[in-house]
Amino acid sequence: MSDLTKLSAVEIAGLVASGQTSAVEVTQAHLDRIAAVDGRINAFLHVDSEGALAAAREVDAQRAAGAQLGPLAGVPVAVKDVLTTKGVPTTVGSKILEGWRPPYDSTIVQRLRDAGTVMLGKTNMDEFAMGSSTEYSAYGPTRNPWDTDRIPGGSGGGSAAALAAYEAPLAIGSDTGGSIRQPGAVTGTVGAKPTYGGTSRYGLVAFSSSLDTPGPCARTVLDAALLHEAIGGHDPRDSTSIAAPMPDVVAAAKLGATGDLTGVRLGIVSEFAGEGAEPGVMAAFHEAVDTLTKLGAEIVEVSCPHFKYALPAYYLIAPSECSSNLARFDGVRFGLRVGDDGNRSLEEVMSLTREAGFGPEVKRRIMIGTYALSSGYYDAYYGQAQKVRTLITRDFTAAFEQVDALISPTTPFVAFPLGARTSDPYQMYLADLFTIPTNLYGGPGISVPCGLADGLPVGLQVMAPTMADDRMYRVAAALESAVGTLTPPTL
Amino acid sequence: MKGAPMAAISREEVAHLARLSRLAVTEEELDTFAGQLDVILQAVAQVGEVAAADIPPTSHSVPLTNVFREDVVTPCLTPQEALSGAPDAEEQRFRVPRILDEDVAS
Repeated sequence: MSDLTKLSAVEIAGLVASGQTSAVEVTQAHLDRIAAVDGRINAFLHVDSEGALAAAREVDAQRAAGAQLGPLAGVPVAVKDVLTTKGVPTTVGSKILEGWRPPYDSTIVQRLRDAGTVMLGKTNMDEFAMGSSTEYSAYGPTRNPWDTDRIPGGSGGGSAAALAAYEAPLAIGSDTGGSIRQPGAVTGTVGAKPTYGGTSRYGLVAFSSSLDTPGPCARTVLDAALLHEAIGGHDPRDSTSIAAPMPDVVAAAKLGATGDLTGVRLGIVSEFAGEGAEPGVMAAFHEAVDTLTKLGAEIVEVSCPHFKYALPAYYLIAPSECSSNLARFDGVRFGLRVGDDGNRSLEEVMSLTREAGFGPEVKRRIMIGTYALSSGYYDAYYGQAQKVRTLITRDFTAAFEQVDALISPTTPFVAFPLGARTSDPYQMYLADLFTIPTNLYGGPGISVPCGLADGLPVGLQVMAPTMADDRMYRVAAALESAVGTLTPPTL
Repeated sequence: MKGAPMAAISREEVAHLARLSRLAVTEEELDTFAGQLDVILQAVAQVGEVAAADIPPTSHSVPLTNVFREDVVTPCLTPQEALSGAPDAEEQRFRVPRILDEDVAS
């Protein structure tokens, strides 16, 4: 048997279904890989070996009993630590939830179990999904398998690094401003943010409720589509979940893989041209545009004049929602409590608990949000940002009257060295320059590897209209069929 | 007098925000945060450049209102499960520190 950890999810599921290997064998190979390399990567906050092997044995038993297995049965998956897992620690990368074992599964995790996937464990992330490098994790940074002195992106750096380090063939992320796509780009993997409301937020620890979107991460576009199909669709437990049928993302990925984009119109946003992006990133992007043209796509330039205000609008809206959401961490119902010596009041204990439990970036965002929502500042900051959000949505709507999808580099720069942007928080925010507009609009976006710059991966982003997630999978799969997947150096 | 642009936020305002946010920040943090929040607030204030007086705000991208479910009893967490993560619990309740100021002498 060739190295099971190098296979795609499709290949693994095929071998398990045909009995050429077992789910237990596949799971053990990935647990062994984690044991061998994760000391250097720190992709996992918690590895659930026992639970994983039990789930794998269950798949093998079902197969032995002649049951029809699903398309991802027996495939290991790593889950970002932002999703609740019953009885399995869920920290959100924060000290404030250290040791918390949720009493229920999130919908995404429940669907992963129903699909017969095998959860290996929980992956590292920037605390409360606030960050672009995983350096804001309270449990130490994750390192990029391409160069362990560099960041793996964030906030879902753990999930992306686990894929690039062959610790898992599939992973789950969550994308509020780019936290699936940007880590995908800088680790040479695929990351998709579904349409907002297309994947359930039930059991997703809230950061910014009008933006948070869980989604799939994988090494190939088809694997991401299969995972998207397994976790997506209406959930009555999430009141913002869309009740319409999901687009057929798997069929779209297969169609795209034929390498024919004849009749597809793709737009390049003129406001993004060279705006703050590294020359190497732009060179790789333009090469990918040439490739897409050769595959039959028609490329046009479109103007989205309000995109340049997306970053400031986002950094008002997301912190405002976070300041409200994170009020639940009060040292009463779960997690940390500090200073309860019998003499201090609830308010004092609450303030000491939050001071000790939250890291600096979370504190900054809570205070920015509190400021933006204050009387006297509300109209100029939060209210104005919501109006800009409307204008950005109108830009997208107008653009999609001209083109089927928009393309851009996923992120302005390749993986930067650890520590390069932590002293200036706003410099970190710029990593999400190209991914944020999609979140404000609520549409889907995917990052797919398009080449290298200075030996480091560059991602191409495809943005599609809401509930047209299939379009982005088709374009991404077509590019992948021409460019191929990227293989990181041996760890 | 320095020629630097006027700060968007003062150290005292940050201390006030920290109190509103229930964060017992240290003096040292106040110094750091004041500078950082100032940079961030000056940058995000760019939204003010957009002429948007007549534009309706968007709070949410999904056009959904009044999502209801059937009013039926479904299984839920047991008290034991609900309290399993609590820092302190007593008689099937979350135990909290005192809420009202008490006259300790009385």
